[in-house]
Amino acid sequence: MGMSRHLPAYAVITAAVLLALPHARAEESEAARAARWHDVAAAIFNGKPITENNAVLQLDAPPRAMDSALVPISITIRPDAKVVALTVVIDDNPAPVAAKFQFGPLADPHALKTRVRVDQYTLIHAVAELQDGSLVSTSRFIKAAGGCSAPGGTDQTEALARIGRMKMRLTSPAAPGEPMTADLLISHPNFNGMQMNPVTRLYTPARYVQNVSVTEGGRTIFMMQGDISLSEDPAITFDFRPAGTAPLDVQVNDSAKASFHQSFSISSRPS
Amino acid sequence: MGKSFNAVISCLGAALACGAFLCAAPAGANPMPFDMAQAAPGDFVRVGACDEATAANLDGIANIGFIVGHDGVAVIDPGGSLADGNRLRATIQADTTLPIRYVIMTHAHPDHVFGGAAFLPDHPVYVGHWRLPAALANRATYDHARLAGLLGAARTGMPVAPTLLVHDTLALDLGGRILRLRAFPPAHTDTDLAVLDTGSGTLWAGDLLFVGRVPALDGSVTGWLRALAVLGAMPASRAIPGHGPAIVPWPAGAADEKRYLEALVKDIRADLAAGEPIDKIAATAGTSERQLWALFDSYNGHNVIVATKELQWE
Repeated sequence: MGMSRHLPAYAVITAAVLLALPHARAEESEAARAARWHDVAAAIFNGKPITENNAVLQLDAPPRAMDSALVPISITIRPDAKVVALTVVIDDNPAPVAAKFQFGPLADPHALKTRVRVDQYTLIHAVAELQDGSLVSTSRFIKAAGGCSAPGGTDQTEALARIGRMKMRLTSPAAPGEPMTADLLISHPNFNGMQMNPVTRLYTPARYVQNVSVTEGGRTIFMMQGDISLSEDPAITFDFRPAGTAPLDVQVNDSAKASFHQSFSISSRPS
Repeated sequence: MGKSFNAVISCLGAALACGAFLCAAPAGANPMPFDMAQAAPGDFVRVGACDEATAANLDGIANIGFIVGHDGVAVIDPGGSLADGNRLRATIQADTTLPIRYVIMTHAHPDHVFGGAAFLPDHPVYVGHWRLPAALANRATYDHARLAGLLGAARTGMPVAPTLLVHDTLALDLGGRILRLRAFPPAHTDTDLAVLDTGSGTLWAGDLLFVGRVPALDGSVTGWLRALAVLGAMPASRAIPGHGPAIVPWPAGAADEKRYLEALVKDIRADLAAGEPIDKIAATAGTSERQLWALFDSYNGHNVIVATKELQWE
């Protein structure tokens, strides 16, 4: 995992620059944004070439965020494209890589939704790795500010009391053997290190969801690596092809080395 | 319904009047006093512009004001910028020679607190919710950068952290005039403080009460509804909203806000039960209220997302 090895240093440098200049980039030119993406992409994907291809994948996000701490994004991938991994990059965030999904044999990786923090006007990129190893991307420009550095009224005590709780909502397949859609919601404050505890008045150390794996009967649907750019209470909507009637197992590990597990039955769903 | 519509009109009317007034104000060393509304004997209110912060309105978009007792003055919300606070201070100085004893902050939002430093020469006690120091420390750099981009750094100023903190309730005496302060659990924000002026039976509700301008949710929607129930039981016959006209009858003046918040909760719960995705919920919940509020489209979607974060765990 080259990505996780060099990300922290990169994230810290970026954070220092961006926090000092919260709005300096708001009106920057298209050329400057392209240059930014070039640098970010090179760091994340080790200089591997990335082809923009809006026919293979699409990214939907509101052009202007209603809540910059929770921006719903939706990625769709052409049904015939063989996708093995998907990375969501928020170019101008303190930690640009929001999440990397690696799909397993039970995944139907053609539609995925999640919720991210957006700290300032930025391009968001989705990068898909295809079976042949090539990388294709698409992007959206989004207007938002303060998603990381201006937290709202979340009660930290309440958030920690609920940590690790999960909810899953499954929709019935169109026909037996067809893919099912699951909405997974994980209670986790995903502290990004920029929030202050009202009692101690010290910055709450970053504590965020690092890994999520969803399996059925031991076979993988996906594994996700997360970071501080995922919203509080990470949410993932994904499609999968159930292999049988075994429950879905969700395993979550966070950066404080806590782990949470929950099983969700799929067998009682009408088909 | 007719009442709500009138409230929107009066909110917009106030924006136009204030806009013209503020445009004529000099930015120099002699701040121009505000034209204040006397909400009750001894309770004076500057009605905020029904708009977003702009260079012309100096972020004077919230209702701010002061209470005059026998021995001293309490400021309730020092204003949206240093320039806004300087004008409030000039207004008080033109009205009375009594000392400014307290600067009370109703919550952490910049349109209410950035004028704080204007009153430092008066050496008042700064008062706020027990969570306010952390909230200001968390937000101030970010809020300052955003406001300074509009007003310039010199006019923007910085908030002053409170040193007298309210954990539950607190009484302040202005000399024969008792102010009863109450801190709330998360509602509009997580730093909400309301002030009951027992001298006139007037409730300074801060942003726990919006009239005409759509409420902005930055805390807990169910907590806000609980706070409204507590406020409604207070012995006040009128209230000063954080945004809206200078004065409304109490508790009747909270009816529109209560209806809006209840509509949000009802719509979001129904959508969550139906498995609607959050972007769809944000586009539809609460929209039956669109015609009844100023600035609805600027805030409703945000309110829905904040409320959904909370209600999704029920």
